[in-house]
Amino acid sequence: MIERHTLDNGLTVLLKESHAAPLITWWVVYRVGSRCERTGQTGISHWVEHMLFKGTPTYPAGYLDKAIDRAGGTWNAHTWLDHTAYHATLPAERIDLALDLEADRMTNAQFDPAEVESERTVIISERQGSENSPLFWLREAVQAAAFRVHPYHHTIIGDTSDLQSMTRDDLYGHYQHHYMPNNAVAIAVGAFDSATMLERIKAVYGDIPAGTLPSPFTRPEPPQQGERRVHIERPGNANYVQIAYHAPAFGDPDWFKLATLDSILGGPGGPGGGAIGYRTSRLYRHLIETEIAAGASGDLSMTADPFLYKLTAVLRDGRHHAEAEAVILEQIDRLQNDWVSEAELRKAKKQARAAFAYSNERVGGQAYYLSYAETIDSYQLFLTYPDQIEAITAADIQAVAQHYLQPRQRTVGWFIPQVVSNAPYPR
Amino acid sequence: MPDLPGPDNILRHTLPNGITVLIRENSDAQSVVIDGLLRAGAVYEQQHGLVNFLSAAMMRGTQRRDFATLHEELEGVGASLDIDSGVHHLLFDGKALAEDLPLLLDLLNDVLRYPSFPETQVERLRGEMLTGLKLQQQNTRYMASKLFRQHAYPAHHPYHHGLSGEIETISAISLDDLRAFHAQQVGPQGMIVVIVGNVQANAALQAVADTLGDWHNPHQAPPSPLPDAPPITRPTIEHFPIAGKSQVDLLLGVVGPSRYADDFLTARVANNIFGVFGMFGRLGKVIREEQGLAYYSSSQLLGGHGPGAWRVSAGVDPSNVQQAVDSIRQQIARLLAEPVGADELEDNKLNIMGSLPLSLESNEGVAAQIVAMESYGLGLDYLYRYSDAINSITAAQIQETMARYWSPDAFVLTSAGPEIAVPIASVLQ
Repeated sequence: MIERHTLDNGLTVLLKESHAAPLITWWVVYRVGSRCERTGQTGISHWVEHMLFKGTPTYPAGYLDKAIDRAGGTWNAHTWLDHTAYHATLPAERIDLALDLEADRMTNAQFDPAEVESERTVIISERQGSENSPLFWLREAVQAAAFRVHPYHHTIIGDTSDLQSMTRDDLYGHYQHHYMPNNAVAIAVGAFDSATMLERIKAVYGDIPAGTLPSPFTRPEPPQQGERRVHIERPGNANYVQIAYHAPAFGDPDWFKLATLDSILGGPGGPGGGAIGYRTSRLYRHLIETEIAAGASGDLSMTADPFLYKLTAVLRDGRHHAEAEAVILEQIDRLQNDWVSEAELRKAKKQARAAFAYSNERVGGQAYYLSYAETIDSYQLFLTYPDQIEAITAADIQAVAQHYLQPRQRTVGWFIPQVVSNAPYPR
Repeated sequence: MPDLPGPDNILRHTLPNGITVLIRENSDAQSVVIDGLLRAGAVYEQQHGLVNFLSAAMMRGTQRRDFATLHEELEGVGASLDIDSGVHHLLFDGKALAEDLPLLLDLLNDVLRYPSFPETQVERLRGEMLTGLKLQQQNTRYMASKLFRQHAYPAHHPYHHGLSGEIETISAISLDDLRAFHAQQVGPQGMIVVIVGNVQANAALQAVADTLGDWHNPHQAPPSPLPDAPPITRPTIEHFPIAGKSQVDLLLGVVGPSRYADDFLTARVANNIFGVFGMFGRLGKVIREEQGLAYYSSSQLLGGHGPGAWRVSAGVDPSNVQQAVDSIRQQIARLLAEPVGADELEDNKLNIMGSLPLSLESNEGVAAQIVAMESYGLGLDYLYRYSDAINSITAAQIQETMARYWSPDAFVLTSAGPEIAVPIASVLQ
């Protein structure tokens, strides 16, 4: 049972009681992510997220890290393409701390210039950590090639040049532009009484004034007019292939059909799907069992605008990109030409049901998916997930394969390792 | 705290064949998890990486089910089952909807007792593992960790080696080697099976007895003691350059206490102060928050059945390595020189005690805690006594414990990443 309320200032509040553990999780999710960023300010949403941990006049920097830990809780935040989420999970009797701190930093973050400069190197260091992975470079290049117009073009961490040049005022402006109660969804899941919790939330958040909602920054991606290809040539020691197709937004009925296709092709995804193996998936059978690849995966993200369905493989020694690419494309042809079997479809549905149950076992997991869905459309999208999957037919899967997985809709990326001589390998 | 896992709510029973079964009901979940271990870890292997190879090979087919059938049954119901290698134990964990517990137990029994090591599958697996090892050579954290083990533990000590083996050893392990280790080492003596979830405890116990109760392995070798790990008495420093990397991952640490050491809990509180509390403790405050040197900087106390490492990890820009290492050493010196203040000590105790409910929220978290209580012999009432044990630790004990393990001038410092402009050895000058 979920309650949905809208405060007078426009803050959407979702409440779900769950008394399985003496915990409450509190999430405030803003509708701002890398999708809202313009050239020259890529990565700004993520950097703003970092700055919200740098203190307010009420809670100076470092105070809350200690206060949350002292209470036996945990807190964190993440920035995504479409949203930025702040969350804390605490023993139930200590949840006021989370309610108060999120209300405070919704409007009172300071963006002290010295803190901005100190965080600049931390953020660049975070990007450098990602750059240590070959797949980061490949993903970044494929995404940039697939989106020429839409801001999904750039990665969430942002481009190094922007991270070097953005100013304190840029960051503070982004914060003021997007952080307001009417641009946020708040959710509590855990051991509380809903009526009492709602009163408490009204008392803490009700007086925060609504702001002027940011005008949507939408630059729809025009239809792709042909296959695009990118090569990354960097030091490394394995070949990677990624093939990305333009995919529907979360909430589009076709999204659920494509998610089911992905479950059959690449292995279970969606809420909780990572807990289940993929050794009976078609990619495993045709890429791994044929000893072309050492690993393979499919990835369909839940996004507000149409994003990508990505298929990725890391190849075994001596195998060529073209071999893996050919197998992936053969499997896509098969999905377009033939219905999947009843057994495969039945398995995908049971997997979705199990994974959905797993994703609901922790208060944090529930809050994550419910608020995620609400920022895009409605929390109902999450609640109805298993039912949506249950209704899908083999003909549906063939139809989305034919519609979305067309050659001219795809971007193909190869990571081609450049041989360099390292130091002698330590024994 | 009646909700804590303990003797009041855990059914514990040892089967005649030596398997200890522990079950905790949780009717709030739709799922069930199985967690546990067998006395067959890497400390018993003669060829490095054998247990890791074995653990993966056991999931490649059994005498009753080929690879496809095994995984079709598992994935067909949205369940998972993994066999994994540990330093001291062969580990397993599984998860399914509660209605599928009988299937999960049947599959566990099958892969543990009747692996068939089909040649085609094992060779395919070998190729995947070799690709993985090659990728690891490019992984800065992996390489820093590999060097750390090599310098912190002597060559004859099992902790000197990683679980995943080397390209040469994985290439050389034969089917007969896998079969022989399985026959000699994998058995029910010392095995722990923990089940947590939406089950009825007595029925679940009966289901375990029905599947694993008739397992006997008269060849199973007895436990073998670990050799000593001498303390580190001087600085040892090595950097492994990897072309094309942007960040240096570094580790600085010592050989820490085992889980059985009298000062282990004191070390846990000390470690919390050093590099955990309030977004990574004193290290995080100085290195990330004040100096902006790293995206991450924290400390880990890794002691288990033997003296694992106690170490600091950080990811830093190549130009900041020296400053970061200097800061880490200053924090070590400060913990050695000054007793921790009363407020800071109290904060850390509250954190360690207060975070128990969070760590026990999921079936997986409860199962892991029960496995730890059983395998380390802590007693099932350990969590009932935990708060008192933490509360009794003093600032003087923390200082003494730090001095027992740490010195600003005796440590292993390893790193991997781009060439470092200033040779890392100069950090000591």
